This record gives sequence, C-alpha cells and structure tokens, in this order.
Amino acid sequence: MFILIVGCGRVGSSVARAMLSQGHEVSCLDEDPESHARLEVGLDKGWEDLGGQFTVGAGLETDALVAAGIEKADAFIASTDGDNTNIVIAQIAQRRYEVPNVIARILDPLRAEWYERQGMHTICPTRVAIDMLETAVTEGPSRNGGSAGSPAETGQGG
Amino acid sequence: MYIIVVGAGKVGWNLARELLEKNHEVTLIESDRRRYLTVEQELEHNVSYGDASELWVLERAGIQRADMVIAVTGDDEDNMLICQVAREKYEVERIIARINNPRNKSHFDLLGIKPSVSATDLILRLLEHEVPEYGLVHLLDLQEEQLEIIEMLLGKDSGVTGRRVGDLEMPEGSLLISVLRSGKGFVPVADTVLEAGDEVLAVLDPGHEEQLKELFGPGGNGAGADG
Repeated sequence: MFILIVGCGRVGSSVARAMLSQGHEVSCLDEDPESHARLEVGLDKGWEDLGGQFTVGAGLETDALVAAGIEKADAFIASTDGDNTNIVIAQIAQRRYEVPNVIARILDPLRAEWYERQGMHTICPTRVAIDMLETAVTEGPSRNGGSAGSPAETGQGG
Repeated sequence: MYIIVVGAGKVGWNLARELLEKNHEVTLIESDRRRYLTVEQELEHNVSYGDASELWVLERAGIQRADMVIAVTGDDEDNMLICQVAREKYEVERIIARINNPRNKSHFDLLGIKPSVSATDLILRLLEHEVPEYGLVHLLDLQEEQLEIIEMLLGKDSGVTGRRVGDLEMPEGSLLISVLRSGKGFVPVADTVLEAGDEVLAVLDPGHEEQLKELFGPGGNGAGADG
C-alpha cells in the first residue's frame, strides 16, 4: 500500500514509522524541513535508506501533493496541527485525487462529528480523551468503596 | 438582512461598517482578543469574540437565521470551511469568501465555495481596464449562467473598424451588446459601422475570448470580408 501522510508531527511521524516497518510504502509531506529529523527518532538508519519518502511543502500546494505522490496514494492521512488545513486537504484528496482511504485528524469534536456525517473518516483525539476521562472517573475508586458509578446508582447506594 | 462577517481586519471592519450604514443587521466575528477590543470600541455589540471555525461560535452569533455569511479572514482554509458549514450545515442562502492566495482558487471551486473574491484578481482586472494594450477586459463572469461579458477597445488597426456589425462573423455563442462612442453608449444594429476608439461590450459563452480577440484585434483576421 502507498500511504501519504501530510503533517509530520508527533502523530504523523509515529504512524509513518509504524507503517514503514509493516512494509508499506510511506511518503511524508511537511512544511518544516526540520520535521524530517522526527521521522528518524529511534531508527538506526536514515528514513530514505529505509525506503521512506519525505517532501517539503504545504498540504494546500497542489505541486507539493503531486510530488509527494498523492496520485498513486491508496491511503491519505491529514495530520497537520491545524484542523482547518486537515479538513480542506482531506477533501482535496477525496474529491480531486480520489484517494480510496482518506483519514483526517480533527481536534474539534463538534466539527469532527459533523464532517464524519458528511462521509469523511475522522479521528478526534479530543473525543477519545473525553471518553477515556469519563470512563476513568466513573470506573475509578470512590470514598465509599467500589466505583463511582452513575449518579443514580450512587444515590441508591448511599 | 442579517449578515455575519468573519474577520475584523481592514476588509471585515470596513465592510461591517458599510453594511450597518445601509441598515443591515450585522455581527462581525473576530478571534484575536486585542483586535476584537479595538473594533468593539466602535462597533460595540455588533462585534463578537471567538473563532468562527468553531460551530458553537457561529451558533452563538445566530447563524441559523443569517441571510448571508461573508468570510474575509486572512486565512484561506478558515474562509473556505466557514462558508462550507454555513451553506451545508446551516443552510445559509448566500455566502461570499475572500481568497488571500490566488493559487488556492481551485480549492474554493472544488469545495463549491462561490462566489469567492480575490484582491489580486480584482487589481489585475482593474489593470487590464486601465491599460488598453491588454485588449480584452473581463467585466463580469456569470459562473452559474456560464456567460461572461467582456469589453474591447477598437484600435485604429483593428480588423473590424469601418465595417458593418451585420457583416462581422461573430463566433457562435457571442453577441455584441453595446458600443460606447465619444462617451455615449448605444445598442448596435446590423447597420452600425464600427469606428476606431469604440469600446464594445460583448456577451459570450466562456471559451470564445480568443476568437473574439482575433476578430477585433489588430490586423483582424476579421472574417476575411476585406480580402
């Protein structure tokens, strides 16, 4: 599979390394040339030596997307640090380049939900954090022993 | 009309002021706290503080009842998406987006964000209008209707000066709609004879500009009637 990742921060670079080690072709696009160093964290060889591709450019630049291989991409991950950029480039990948699998990271839960309903595959880390925190609180210990449970249960128990 | 303007830069602030003077109801949304406080001193309750990319900020501004949303921030992605949710989620009837970088125009088109306005384009058109060598000036693009209106200044060497309008071999899908001569405009008829210095307006299907340029331009491959 050919995977294009736009936005090579902590998330993008980690996914890139994992995909490459699984034997996929991986291409990364980032505005910041320095982000190349993040790709090589924990690797004993260079990113390119391992077969990875890295392009410097913005996700909104058509030329950069093409240079990074969007036309042959099977999967496209939009993981820049900007929700708006991710939403726009995910739609470009979907509509203009017809990439079969497009995934966008969206931090804002409300918009992630709405775009998901419009047919975009979204990952919302904020939503995941909210759910995990809720679970951690309700299932964690409380003063009268056992878990905090739901307010109704607690009320009956007390 | 109730109009939401996003971005209180020079464009947004002045736009909001003009719209208020024309008695529209306006909310101007600005995400930079300091800019907001500056603008608020003049526009008071007509300015709202927040990031209009976030749905709740738009809802707090009353987007559900807005007749128009105009996104003029300095960020093209913001302008695109604010207009996209305005139209597709909140069913706002009219949207207008500002394009900061003309190279992003195709992205606005791809997401169906129109009309979109780019200062660079406007200045280029003005330049074409002011500098006659450009020959052919786009006055209006009716994208939905697939028509455009252009203006041409006939030079002395134009292939059509001295000829009857009825004899011109106008490309199919184009029509002369007016002639401006010595400061006066009139609608040409078949017997109208074109003169050097005439400014003619034509309406045409997009894509016929080149043929018209050839016909009306210098030396005029002008339909061969001369030859």
